[in-house]
Amino acid sequence: MSTGNMNLTLKVWRQKNSQTAGKFVTYKAEGISEDMSFLEMLDVVNESLTKKNDEPIYFDHDCREGICGSCSLYINGHPHGPKKAITTCQLHMRTFSDGETITIEPWRSAAFPVIKDLGTDRSAFDRIQQAGGFISVNTGGAQDANAILIPKVVADEAFNSATCIGCGACVAACKNASAMLFVSAKITQLGLLPQGQPERYSRVQAMVAQMDEEGFGNCTNTGACEAECPKEITLTNIARMNNDFFSAKLFREEHAHDHTGGE
Amino acid sequence: MSLDAKIPQGPLAEKWSKHKFNLKLVNPANKRKYDVIIVGTGLAGASAAASLAELGYNVKSFCFQDSPRRAHSIAAQGGINAAKNYQNDGDSVYRLFYDTIKGGDYRAREGNVYRLAEVSVNIIDQCVAQGVPFAREYGGLLDNRSFGGSQVSRTFYARGQTGQQLLLGAYSALNRQIHLGKVKMYTRTEMLDVVTIDGQAKGIVTRNLKTGEIETHAGHAVLLATGGYGNVFYLSTNAIGSNVTAAWRAHKRGAFFANPCYTQIHPTCIPVTGDHQSKLTLMSESLRNDGRVWAPKTVEVANKLQKKEITAAQVKEDERDYFLERKYPSFGNLVPRDVASRNAKEMSDEGRGVGTTGLAVYLDFAEAIQRLGEDTVRAKYGNLFDMYYQITDENPYKQPMRIYPAVHYTMGGLWVDYNLSTNVPGLYAMGECNFSDHGANRLGASALMQGLSDGYFVIPYTLGDYLATIGPKPVDKNHPAFEKTKQEVIAYNNKLLALKGNKTVVEYHRELGHIMWEYCGMARTEEGLTHAKGLIKALKADFWKNAIVTGENDEVNAALERAGRVADFIELGELMVTDALARRESCGGHFRLESQTPEGEALRDDENFAFVSAWEFKGEDQEEELHKEELIFENVKLSQRSYK
Repeated sequence: MSTGNMNLTLKVWRQKNSQTAGKFVTYKAEGISEDMSFLEMLDVVNESLTKKNDEPIYFDHDCREGICGSCSLYINGHPHGPKKAITTCQLHMRTFSDGETITIEPWRSAAFPVIKDLGTDRSAFDRIQQAGGFISVNTGGAQDANAILIPKVVADEAFNSATCIGCGACVAACKNASAMLFVSAKITQLGLLPQGQPERYSRVQAMVAQMDEEGFGNCTNTGACEAECPKEITLTNIARMNNDFFSAKLFREEHAHDHTGGE
Repeated sequence: MSLDAKIPQGPLAEKWSKHKFNLKLVNPANKRKYDVIIVGTGLAGASAAASLAELGYNVKSFCFQDSPRRAHSIAAQGGINAAKNYQNDGDSVYRLFYDTIKGGDYRAREGNVYRLAEVSVNIIDQCVAQGVPFAREYGGLLDNRSFGGSQVSRTFYARGQTGQQLLLGAYSALNRQIHLGKVKMYTRTEMLDVVTIDGQAKGIVTRNLKTGEIETHAGHAVLLATGGYGNVFYLSTNAIGSNVTAAWRAHKRGAFFANPCYTQIHPTCIPVTGDHQSKLTLMSESLRNDGRVWAPKTVEVANKLQKKEITAAQVKEDERDYFLERKYPSFGNLVPRDVASRNAKEMSDEGRGVGTTGLAVYLDFAEAIQRLGEDTVRAKYGNLFDMYYQITDENPYKQPMRIYPAVHYTMGGLWVDYNLSTNVPGLYAMGECNFSDHGANRLGASALMQGLSDGYFVIPYTLGDYLATIGPKPVDKNHPAFEKTKQEVIAYNNKLLALKGNKTVVEYHRELGHIMWEYCGMARTEEGLTHAKGLIKALKADFWKNAIVTGENDEVNAALERAGRVADFIELGELMVTDALARRESCGGHFRLESQTPEGEALRDDENFAFVSAWEFKGEDQEEELHKEELIFENVKLSQRSYK
């Protein structure tokens, strides 16, 4: 099924499971077309491994259009590869040259243990969202949607933060493996909107506490997360989160104790 | 076996209200005695899990992805319909109902569709309350746009990422319930079977995708929200992992599969480039608000474009055929999807297609950019343009997009009654995995509406009635049915793992896709379908002899996961062909060449085919049995759809 004429050398991280040590294994990717996506190139390699009854390379992927946040490859030292503002599945082989050697690793962070080869366990992100990344509103009984006026600029800004796909590239890019860009995006989205105000300060405390518990590092304002984020979430989000966090600490200590999520 | 859809009696507008009153309630103190299993965490599954947990039920929620937030609803682009009439342009619940019934080519139930239109307004309220950042106007009110098959602006949107924002809203509601301990979440867990006791669904069998462990889970009811089966075509706009396995295994345990041949081919997708392609990418239908669809008037000009001797910009205005505007002056570029797709195919069939393969037409924004300015176009569609640019390496601000139809959605699915119950008591189906509301063709921006309607506003009522009827006595987890079903799943997986032939599972999948696209795609014939049936039977036999499945069960094994899914797709493919053969009429997305109007539009046969086809599994390699649910129209007059 080879349809192109690029030949590449891949150095791929192989690891059986979280209990065993991993290592780099070298593969040839031959007959690659520049119209292929990066994951389609790996599909070609996996098909040839399967034909030899060798175990294919495991990697997480699903929508293949840059929105589900599953794919998570660290390519030549960059989360999602060398191009800006895209995910691995949106990276095309025309970005590389014939004969190139490409190094492919999983996300590297203690909070994201490898489950196999290039796939990691990112459930820590879910647990942070479960700690407070929501507005406590039951189904039914909501007021008419247009009764809440939200200026367009505010809605647009909230949307920009809400576009986070939870892929973890920010953590992978950070020398401290900090999750602050991810956490601050949700805090900013809900903190900007009028609906998010009642729980604004309890939310930031609950989410930051969970983030610390998961073992993510702190932020030292290097900005690698912003540079690598496929959805271009900005550092301003972290500034907003810090602001809310300090406000909560200084003035709203009482809120920290009543975060039940409401019932 | 008679199929009772349980549509409430009485006037259309009162059916749902009266039904809600007649449904039994579960006492608040008793709700915590019930366990509910929900498979899938897309819009329908996540919203149902959150809403039922809020009511007090104990919910176990399952998804095969590593996080519930990654379900494929996340990828829906364009928007969600609701009959709010915020634009004062003549919309109403009745109009949304009417557009949906007509758009579905009169093959959906009036009662279901009216309810869908009725609760659509609550969905928007609910989502805004959760903090979903819909697009707004400068005055702070919600913005709307138009979508195909309608002449009003009733689509709410969040740039080109509406599905993502709605799903993250439902995910946040789900997270809140996980936090409160009312939902137990199982990620990387795939459902492989339903456990039935005395004909009632009482649990499921799952495989832990990290460890391979096969487990059983018991519950008073099992709710499937596992999405559509578009990947039976191999190439579709679905995610790679989207599959029919949960629904298909339920079907093999007795749940009827309805209208499997109704598939939606979406007109505006990025064309195929080669055999390496693993999926197709949609360009939102919302683009047809401002983009104009055209093909060259002559084959000569098309040939020059295909050979790249000229560019699209060099084709003069009078050499272009804006075929949708020409043929359908009142709806123009906003005709429903099935109509737009067939017309694009017609252009390519006539040799007037563009791009190197000739399998594409243009979607042109030059006029919109001139009228609105590039900045406005970027604000409306920026992320879609970027996506197109990434994939094709062509700048759509400078040259028209090339588009071609691709499989996008499946209207068919598990048969359910008005309560969303399958014919197996205790087994429910919601969202795309059921068949209920879109007839033979779904209108744009209606999938999100249906998923959230089922999950937020229908199942919380209808499930209570069933639970109150069976009572809160705990399900006996020691019942032999659990162990028996588990052993059957283990045996089936072992059979797959024993396959050490010479052809990869992906190759079988691609071959199946070619058969389905060729013979059960945009145009179908008696002869082609009959031929396809033989091909699929042969493919199935070959798969179970020559496929390669690498690895073991007790580890992460993507090859085993894929093999199970492809095996199910092959069986489903045969049923789709059987269904398409039995339906000797054209309707919506099901176009039989033998049944068309002189103008080439789908010609229904209401006298003989105004029914839902519900198929019953009769055993391995047996022909399935067809049951018919008559469709009764008391409010709309069946007529030839016209968008002229």
